[in-house]
Amino acid sequence: MSQHVIPQKVYYLVFVTLILLTLVTVDVAFYNFGFLNIYIAMGIATVKATIVALYFMHLRYNPRLTWLFAGAGILWLFIMFVLTIADYITR
Amino acid sequence: MSNNSDSAVGHAHHFTDMDQQREASTLGMWTFLVTEIMFFGGLFVAYALYRSMYPEAFAEASLRLNLLLGAINTGVLICSSLTMVLAVRDAQSGKVKGLVRYLIATIVLGSAFLVIKAFEYSHKIHEHLIPGSSFQFAGPFGQQAEMFFSLYFMMTGLHAIHMIIGIGVLSVLLYQAKRGRFTAEYYSPIDVAGLYWHFVDVVWIYLFPLLYLVSRH
Repeated sequence: MSQHVIPQKVYYLVFVTLILLTLVTVDVAFYNFGFLNIYIAMGIATVKATIVALYFMHLRYNPRLTWLFAGAGILWLFIMFVLTIADYITR
Repeated sequence: MSNNSDSAVGHAHHFTDMDQQREASTLGMWTFLVTEIMFFGGLFVAYALYRSMYPEAFAEASLRLNLLLGAINTGVLICSSLTMVLAVRDAQSGKVKGLVRYLIATIVLGSAFLVIKAFEYSHKIHEHLIPGSSFQFAGPFGQQAEMFFSLYFMMTGLHAIHMIIGIGVLSVLLYQAKRGRFTAEYYSPIDVAGLYWHFVDVVWIYLFPLLYLVSRH
């Protein structure tokens, strides 16, 4: 499975998508969407991070066990955010 | 050492075969990256809290960052991720020449990122934006802006340290690749270094909009 060599074309396509999304996130920052700006920026960043993980980090071609580990990282990050912020906003 | 006559170079005796060995090293690296998510995560939580407390100050302070240099650096890092993944690909196919070439390209691009970052830092020093006794920020949000710059330097600084470590690791791998250590059967160090490099790229993907694009509208 890890011997899977992915066509170069896929990597170039991912690269072009990442560059385009960078331009979009810069451009969109100049428009005022009120409180939505930060969510748009984080949404685009998350799309970029996801395709980096899936293709450049080969997560897509990895066994489900690797998915579980990566998912655990995100889950624990989520817990840290939610519990800390819940504490602050309820003081 | 294994006595199997057919065991590949780089095959450690406690693994059944090379596939199992590769899976183990990949999983080990992902485990490390999970700890890295938590390491950077603390700073991201701090950023979220202080930004929600001082929205105006963060908006004003963020405008003092150089958007052009930040955007160029994002592009440089994405390019370096492309060359890194192509290095891994050539390692998988046993193309040592290509592997060496792409490793050099990745090291050069990573160094370019750090040089641009150094220019940005020196600008901030000249503008008295380093938190501490010499910090100067006109307007009503002086102290709160100082918090923004504390977070800016901690987050980009920690990221830059990771880049320096990554360049060091890749330099060692470059030396080993030139001496023919890696084959199509054994290239796990390249693979695992690639995972680390892309992770550092992902951190920057979040840092760039959070620090440079707070309030451009």
